[in-house]
Amino acid sequence: MATQPQRSKPIRTSYLTLTALVLLFLLLWGGTHWADEYQVRLLNNVAIFITLAVAYNLINGVCGQLHLGPNAFITLGAYTAALLTMTPAEKTLNFLVTPLYWPLSQVSLPFPAALLAGGLVAVAFGLLTGFPVFRVRGDYLAIVTLGFGEVVRVLANNLQGLTNGPLGLKGLYPYTNLWWSWGVAAAATAVVAALVNSSYGRALNAIREDETAARAMGINTFRHLLGAYLLSAFFFGVGGGLLAHLITTISPSLFTFFLTFNLLIIIVVGGLGSTTGAILAAAGFTLAGEWLRIVEEPATLLGFTIPGIPGMRMVILSLALLLVIIFCRRGLMGRREFSWAGLGRLLRRGAAGAAPGAGKI
Amino acid sequence: MDLLTFLQQLINGLSLGSLYALIAIGYTLVYGILRLINFAHGDLLMVAAYIAVMGVGLFAWPWPAAFGLAVGLTGFMGVLLERGAYQPLRRAPRISLLISAIAASFLLENVALVMAGGRARPFPVPSMFTGAFAWGGLFVPRLSLIIPLVTGALLAGLFLIIYRTAAGRAMRAIAVDLETVSLMGIDVNRIIAFTFLLGSLLAGAGGLLWAMKYPQVNPFMGILPGLKAFIAAVLGGIGNVTGAVLGGLLLGFMEVMIVALFPAWAGYRDAVAFTLLIVLLLLKPTGLLGEALGEEKL
Repeated sequence: MATQPQRSKPIRTSYLTLTALVLLFLLLWGGTHWADEYQVRLLNNVAIFITLAVAYNLINGVCGQLHLGPNAFITLGAYTAALLTMTPAEKTLNFLVTPLYWPLSQVSLPFPAALLAGGLVAVAFGLLTGFPVFRVRGDYLAIVTLGFGEVVRVLANNLQGLTNGPLGLKGLYPYTNLWWSWGVAAAATAVVAALVNSSYGRALNAIREDETAARAMGINTFRHLLGAYLLSAFFFGVGGGLLAHLITTISPSLFTFFLTFNLLIIIVVGGLGSTTGAILAAAGFTLAGEWLRIVEEPATLLGFTIPGIPGMRMVILSLALLLVIIFCRRGLMGRREFSWAGLGRLLRRGAAGAAPGAGKI
Repeated sequence: MDLLTFLQQLINGLSLGSLYALIAIGYTLVYGILRLINFAHGDLLMVAAYIAVMGVGLFAWPWPAAFGLAVGLTGFMGVLLERGAYQPLRRAPRISLLISAIAASFLLENVALVMAGGRARPFPVPSMFTGAFAWGGLFVPRLSLIIPLVTGALLAGLFLIIYRTAAGRAMRAIAVDLETVSLMGIDVNRIIAFTFLLGSLLAGAGGLLWAMKYPQVNPFMGILPGLKAFIAAVLGGIGNVTGAVLGGLLLGFMEVMIVALFPAWAGYRDAVAFTLLIVLLLLKPTGLLGEALGEEKL
């Protein structure tokens, strides 16, 4: 296990972690001062996708349950947070067809409280759905959770007095900045990593590998899975709130299964079960996604004008997912995780000139 | 609700339900032998519809030729899907197989989007399938009679194949125990491909009927009918062909009746199936006619 040497030198490790956090802090400070609007937006996107991917990897990769409903939780978080930060005047402007129900129409909360509420509403939905979900496994679990996205979308379209229906909510204040998005991403990573490295996390791994055996060892599989499910729900909700206040306009059609599919690509490419992989792949995916926009825009190459092909990006992405899952199932990181000790070994091995079998990360 | 309205809704429910049944059989056949939800099954409806649009609309072929080709090519596409996305993962963990299925489904949708564009196209419904009868206050579109008839005929053919041919016997045997069957000198991969062929041919027929009932063709048209048909298959007890038919009819009737009884709930129609699924899994996860799902079956 990579955690073994880490434990023997805890002080050095915490210094290194502290240094890395200070570095991140400086980078963010630099970002808020010198990066242009487009770069800031991209960096915010990266952070939100890291949050979502780390949470998704917990339930999908660490527990091995194919949960296909993150978009439902993200929708709930986004709507809850948005409805709480909007001022009563903005709400009256938005809800023209059907007025918003009473206490909500008068409330206006600060952004952090709204984010927290978004996460808690998602957790409440998780509690409600957790019981039917974890009665089943495998394909059934996949299709039930896939259904959540559909049900939440239908509700968001029809509960006009709560969601403003298909029109959605417009003109949210762009509260999401680098501090919030990266702060949440760091918190999500820290919490999930701590959970995975605890005995609770090892129990989750045992459930993934062999549920019957795990139960025989005295693990309460339902309670463990529900805990992981609720924790991921919380971060989906918070991530949804951040997303809403980044794009400032939300509607039910924004959070389709497509969003879940993107997260699935991220965690599979990163390596199912690896938090490090989820982070790397989330960053790579967001940046590559921007880069892939080129194929959908008209381009001039060597004097020829190639018309943009809508949908080409998704063809490439789904083909990539198919190829990764067939030929390279372990993804980028497999189930390995980043650790300072592992990095040190890697650097020493590089310095020593690729000594054979010098240890894994 | 008076008797006339009830009969009218019964007819509407029968045509919708038989369509769900036709699509549900494809899921149940594949699930029965591979224990896999073929996520791309719904997209095969879309493939069939687009091929028919191309044949009738673009090349101006007579509709029987275009429809026949559409069904045939969809069957071929199903086999291709199995060979390309599922067969390489036969020994992989289940989660990989499911992810591969989802990726294949997205690939089909987006290839269609690239080739045909995102705009919905009208489906050229042959005149034979349009029109309606009026029987003493009952309004019966001709298609509402044709859909159950076609479903019934295809079902009879399918039962004949499953219960009266050697390939059908092999299919049933694989559903019980794949390993043992492969030891008996049966080419398991060929039988699996044959099962995909059967399921996809039915999906092709279902896609054409769906496109005539709702004559708008777009790259994502197969998702919702596919999901609902899957739920119908679970409702009937997945892996059981009779159950799939029963579940399909039941789901069709329920959707139609809920909208007829509570018109204000029409917007929630698409949520009916999923709510039903959640309730079903809480109360009776094996469905109406299903076998018990032990650990090894999942």
